[in-house]
Amino acid sequence: MSNLLQVENLHVTFQTHGGEVKAVRGVSFSLKKGETLAIVGESGCGKSVTARSVMRLIPEHTGKITDGRILLDGLDLCKLTEREMRELRGSKISMIFQDAMTSLNPTISIGEQIMEGIIRHQKISRRQARAQAIEMLNLVGIANPERRLKQYLHEFSGGMRQRIMIAIALVCRPAILIADEPTTALDVTIQAQILELFKSIQKKTGISIIIITHDMGVVAKLADKVSVMYAGKVVESGPIRQIFYDPQHPYTKGLLASMPRLDDDRSQPLRPIPGTPPDLFAPPAGCAFAARCDYALEVCRLHQPDVTDLTHEHHVSCWLQDPRAKNVFPLQTATGL
Amino acid sequence: MLPYIMKRFVSMIITLWLIVTVTFFLMHSVPGSPFDRDGKALPAAVEKNLMALYQLDKPLSVQYVSYLKSLVQFELGPSIIRAPETVNDMLGRSFPVSAKLGAVALTFAIIAGVALGVVAALRHNKLIDYVATVVSVIGIAVPSFVVAALLIKYMAVEWKLFPVATWGTWKHIVLPALALSFGPLAIIARFTRANMLDVLTQDYMETARAKGLAPWVIIVKHGLRNSLLPVITLVGALIANVLTGSFVIEKIFAIPGMGKYFVDSIYNRDYTVIMGTTVFYSILLIFMMFVVDVLYGIVDPRIKLHKKEG
Repeated sequence: MSNLLQVENLHVTFQTHGGEVKAVRGVSFSLKKGETLAIVGESGCGKSVTARSVMRLIPEHTGKITDGRILLDGLDLCKLTEREMRELRGSKISMIFQDAMTSLNPTISIGEQIMEGIIRHQKISRRQARAQAIEMLNLVGIANPERRLKQYLHEFSGGMRQRIMIAIALVCRPAILIADEPTTALDVTIQAQILELFKSIQKKTGISIIIITHDMGVVAKLADKVSVMYAGKVVESGPIRQIFYDPQHPYTKGLLASMPRLDDDRSQPLRPIPGTPPDLFAPPAGCAFAARCDYALEVCRLHQPDVTDLTHEHHVSCWLQDPRAKNVFPLQTATGL
Repeated sequence: MLPYIMKRFVSMIITLWLIVTVTFFLMHSVPGSPFDRDGKALPAAVEKNLMALYQLDKPLSVQYVSYLKSLVQFELGPSIIRAPETVNDMLGRSFPVSAKLGAVALTFAIIAGVALGVVAALRHNKLIDYVATVVSVIGIAVPSFVVAALLIKYMAVEWKLFPVATWGTWKHIVLPALALSFGPLAIIARFTRANMLDVLTQDYMETARAKGLAPWVIIVKHGLRNSLLPVITLVGALIANVLTGSFVIEKIFAIPGMGKYFVDSIYNRDYTVIMGTTVFYSILLIFMMFVVDVLYGIVDPRIKLHKKEG
């Protein structure tokens, strides 16, 4: 099957008072119909910027896509005018934000916030739009939708608000849903409910989902494949089983090892990845992770690693996996995975 | 909603009564009487008769009670200085003039102020933002009579676009309304700009963009509404202020409005007129505050007026 969305070599920079920040430095990924891609990484690694770039929603004055292509059904989104892009936002690609409390308008009724998207993209009457909004609220599991439509944000609980965000995003039946940390602001039981909701909606509608998160638990539950980002680059990508059971990049291993486990020995402290990500004002010449990497070689600090294809789906950017590197020892001992 | 209005009405009456009481006794504690003229005392017999005519010879408590009685019947009494005119006549004649001028000035101030504020916020730190800031600072700092004088000099005397002064056709309204609106316009623009800048960075503005809405829909529907709440507070207070006339502007343009009665009555110790204008102004102000509170509830559904529980 061909790719619904294909991002190739995406570069995004921001102009700030301190200089130019290279937030995204050559990110590529693809997404098929009905597939879920998780983009994971720690704060500031560029995962949100990557997602927003697909919507072309990066701040217009400071942010800029400097290179690369974003192909949606073969159409390069980077070449569209702002007006053409507006036609796609909400109708072809939708987005859900982290905090539904602040991402919904407190002074406009929920119904109006759902309906305005429908009316914007479809030539239908308000009455039909209302019917669709009610249907949508039913789909995301909100009881009494007729009554709820007239209510305002403060009359809903946290989980309900995120359901409404999802309803707003899905109401025009988009092909792709981008969810930027959709469960981070929720408590665990509500998180589980929302993740179930994503799954059931995907089953019903066949929508493709890009989920941005730093929570490997969310990834495990939802994703078909994973792209691990570090310092504006994808360091490892592949199907979920290979990422979880056979991680190859030291950073991916570190992420998985730092995740607390229920069946772990509680006397053992958590295992963080020491150090902090590099300054993206001046990214290092070599591998960005080298400074924090237990296995760093001389070459890691000097030259950026190329992408190595481990299988046709599993790719990693690490000198240790490079075919030119000497195979000295099998890399698996340190993390215990 | 009805219980809230009833409750609010009672508190409005109490507020008004307090204002009336304080004003009444404060006014009578000021030395002198309405019949003092440039240090020349009236003949004793004449003054005694006049005091009797206006019941000023009675004890203060009796005067107070009788004033409250007439006030309840909306009877503000005869003017002492401008007899036989009553205060009701004076207000009835002058308030429509002041209100018309004030309404025009305020409408202009709100529309232009909000527009200027929004544009300044959208073009933050661009040329138009600086222009708006300069206009606002000038508007707040420069007194209205200076603006009035400049308007008369250029728009009336030099370019002969509008009449210099007096009251009559719509052309007569333009210059005083402009002069009167400049201050409120500046304040409204500052407020709108500050609030709009805050709202523009809110997450729900990005949600609106993610729906594919056009920029102007996002600004007007999602932005303006949320940034207008503090502006409404401001406008509520301004309305009472502007509608009851500006002494200075009405003096400069020779407009027969309410403003001069406020000032003249105090110079003349014209007791009934002092009371009448104060009561009238208070009623208007208290009522506008009520309207503002109701508007809050409409603009921002999070504010519930009538429900205390929950």
